[in-house]
Parts: sequence; structure tokens; C-alpha cells
Amino acid sequence: MIRPERRARILEHLVDGLIRATFWGLVILTLSIVAYFVIRGAGQLDWEFLAAMPRNRGIEGGIFPAILGTVLLTAGTALVALPLGVMAAVYLTEYAPGGRAVRLINLAIVNLAGVPSVVYGLFGLAVFVLLLGLGSSLGAASLTLGLLTLPVVVTATREALLTVPRAYREAAFALGASRRQVVLTHVLPYCRSGIMAGALLGLSRAMGETAPILVTGVAVVLPRLPTGFGSRFMALPYHLYISATQIPGMPAERIWATALTLLAMVLALNLLAGILGND
Amino acid sequence: MPEVEPVLSIRDLNLRFGDTRVLFDIDLDVTAGGVTAIIGPSGSGKSTLLRCLNRMVDLVPVARVEGEILFGGKDILDSDYDVVELRQKVGMVFQKPNPFPRSIYDNVAYGPRIRGKVARGRLDDIVEQALRSAALWDEVKDRLGTSAMDLSGGQQQRLCIARCLAVKPEILLMDEPCSALDPASTARIEDLITDLREDVTVLLVTHNLQQAARVSDDTIFLLGGELIESGPTDSIFTKASDTRTDDYVTGRFG
Repeated sequence: MIRPERRARILEHLVDGLIRATFWGLVILTLSIVAYFVIRGAGQLDWEFLAAMPRNRGIEGGIFPAILGTVLLTAGTALVALPLGVMAAVYLTEYAPGGRAVRLINLAIVNLAGVPSVVYGLFGLAVFVLLLGLGSSLGAASLTLGLLTLPVVVTATREALLTVPRAYREAAFALGASRRQVVLTHVLPYCRSGIMAGALLGLSRAMGETAPILVTGVAVVLPRLPTGFGSRFMALPYHLYISATQIPGMPAERIWATALTLLAMVLALNLLAGILGND
Repeated sequence: MPEVEPVLSIRDLNLRFGDTRVLFDIDLDVTAGGVTAIIGPSGSGKSTLLRCLNRMVDLVPVARVEGEILFGGKDILDSDYDVVELRQKVGMVFQKPNPFPRSIYDNVAYGPRIRGKVARGRLDDIVEQALRSAALWDEVKDRLGTSAMDLSGGQQQRLCIARCLAVKPEILLMDEPCSALDPASTARIEDLITDLREDVTVLLVTHNLQQAARVSDDTIFLLGGELIESGPTDSIFTKASDTRTDDYVTGRFG
């Protein structure tokens, strides 16, 4: 017979071990995914691959237009989602009178976050590309991905704003600061890093999206660089999809190298978010 | 003795938070200069009354205020009254010290700065003057650039007082300014209040009856949102006309 206190200790060890195993399992899983990509793709990664234009439908040459396209697209997304999202969150936490309207808006934001990305793509096609006449372009795709990222930015900003103690706001108000001054000189500066961290996480997700840009401006292979928000563009996620499925004779290591490049860019953004968040 | 013109006149002040009535028909004149203590048990509406006087009560969406508060000949409850200007003339010190997580200098300079550009030399003078008035200058003059969060609790509270003084208020509202402080820091703040009464009218909410007796000239006793009695501190503490006041100041309840 096992004494009860002994049994409790065994159970304690068991749960402890399970939690540790889960943690290390996740770490190993993540590392092996990255490692696998590195093993399969690193051989192909050289200066030419990263910096040259594609030749022969991408079978030769480099993926520079896709890298640049993804960078520009992410920047365009940030340009749309950041100001709108931060301002919406500031309105909701600092200005809105509260009550039913705010709860309704919150509900809408939560639901917006759950809309499948392909639906955003169709919305972008209908509204930005066709209705507003932007055409298939970097601008239309940026707006579409901006909308997709908006709920993430709003939620992250709201959470960051709520971490600023009420006492700071009260002190500033009591000194005669206007609401605008309280927000600009107190609330926002104190939670800047939290907002940036949340926003970067949202952007890193947008960076890897394929469906929303598929119908709003991305090109299969484009042997020239985008010249502005009106241009069509290449992007890594879509280029990856096309290379892997639509182009016969595409060397496998080129596909892996493309995937590795995208992965590295997303991880870099996440890492930046982590660093800022720990500020 | 000639009748002194009151700096604040409160007339028929009623306040509700939603369905809960918090203040009932408050009528009160506050004389200019000197220290007025507001005493009463928890929940008697002391802090709420104080927060009407600089309209901080506006920040509570469910608050409904009725009545008149005359200050400088105008009703500050009037929706046209400029709240920003009011809060410059009526400063507030809170229960817990709440300096901004910035440098000592920036804390004191905050009030003047949000009112527009001030020349650096002039701002230095204002900051020094305010810190001197708050009896903090000698302790911090060599580290004005360090974070206010590194100061002790008592120093932080004196910094908050200096921050108010930097905009030259006529009235200083103090909402239990010593309740989070140790006895030594409390004594320093009380000395400071005694010094300040020369230049500014102080309204002091306090739970500490000895403190009210030590520093105030007049005392107001609130109970359940009603003003029970007001008058010179001596008479409130020794010969109150209402038995409830007497019971409270002698420690029979509260």
C-alpha cells in the first residue's frame, strides 16, 4: 500500500514532468521545423538568390522582387492598420462614454478578428480593386491586409492602454490637462512598447498571408520591381505557393530556400516584438 | 471683526452616482486663506465633495451634480465654465502619491508646460520655487533629472504638492494626503500645510481627527452625505452643537 502523502508526491512529480515534457516538446518541435528548413534550403541561399531578379519563371535567378514586395506590403499594411487601430483603441478606452455602444463595438472587433482571411481578400477585391478603382495593386493589397490586421492592433493597443494606472490620468486631469493632452503626453508614451509589440505580432501574421493578396494584387512572376502603390507586385507567400504547385521543373531546394527566407523575416519581426514588449 | 468674503460658496449641492444619492443639500462657505478640514466616517461623501470643487467628478460618467458652487463670482458647475482654468486655480493632491514616471523636474514642470511654451530659465525658476514651497528643494536639488519614482513615499507626496503649486493655485484640495505615509512623513506634510496656508486656501479631507485638530482653522463634519456642522475647529472639537458631531469627534463612532 502506498501512503497518501507518498501518493501526493508521486502525482506532483508526474504533473511536473508532464508540463516540462510539453514545454520541451514544443521547443523541440519549433526548432526542428526551423532546422528542417535550414537543412533543405540553406544550400540554395546565396547572394544571387536573395538579390537577383527571377529568370525563366523563377526556376533560375533570384527572388528579390518577392522579398521587396513582402517588405513593401508589410509596410503598407502597417501604414493602414497602425494609425487606424491605435486611434480606434484610444477612442474606445479614453473617449467613449462606455455602456452598450462600446460593448457592441468590442463584439464587432472580436468577430472581425475571426473572419477568414480569404473573405477579407474577396472584400478587398470588391471594394478596393473594383469599387474604388485601385486595380490589382500594392495599394489595394495593403488596404486589405491592413483591415485584416486592424482587430489585432485595436485589441493589443486597448490592453496596453489599460495597463496605464488611473492615478496618472487623474493627476494629469487635476493639473488642468485636456483629454488630448492626457492621451498624448501621458497615456500613449507609457504604453508605447506594448502597442508596438502587439502591432508587430499582427504584422508578422499579415506578412505570411496568401489568400487576401491573391485577388488584390499579387503577381506570379514579375521580372520588375514595383514602382509605387499602384504597381502589381510579387510576395513571398504567394511565390512559395506558386513555386511549389504551379511551375513544373522548379528545383525543390529553391522552394525550401524561399520558405526559409519568409520564415526568417517573420521570426525577425516576432523577435522585435518580443524585445519591444519586454521594454 | 469684519465679515470675510468667502472664496467658495456652495449652494444646495446635490450629487447622485446613478441611483445612489451621495451628497444632500450641501450649503457651505469657505473663507479665503487658512485650512479647512473635512471630517466624517468612510462613505460620508468627503472625497466626493472635494472632487466637485475641481470638477474631477466629471470623470465619473454616472455622476449627476445639481446646485451651485460659486468661485470668483461664477458658478463652476456651469457647463460653460472652463474646467482647464478651474483646475489651474484649484489644485488637488491625492490619497496615494501619484507622481508621473518621469524626472522630478518634469513632474513639477508638467502643469506650466501644458499651458504653453515657457522659457527654460523661467521654468527653472518656477520649478525651484514650487519645490521650495513644498519643502523638498534641499533634498532633490542635485538630482532633478532622476526619476520621481525613486523618491520615498513622503517625498513623492511633497513632489505632488510641488507639482500643484507650480501652477499657482488659489485653492489646494487634499484628499487624505497622509493616509499612505508613515508618521514622520505625515508630520512633515502637516508642517507644510501649516506653511502653505499663507498663500493658498487648503481644503483637507482627513480620517485622522488629531490631524484635523492640529492643522485646521475650520472644520466641516459630514455624515451620510449631509453636512452636519461646520465652524471653527476649536468649537467643533470642544463644544459641538450637534450631538452626532460630538459623538464622532470624541470617538464614540466612526
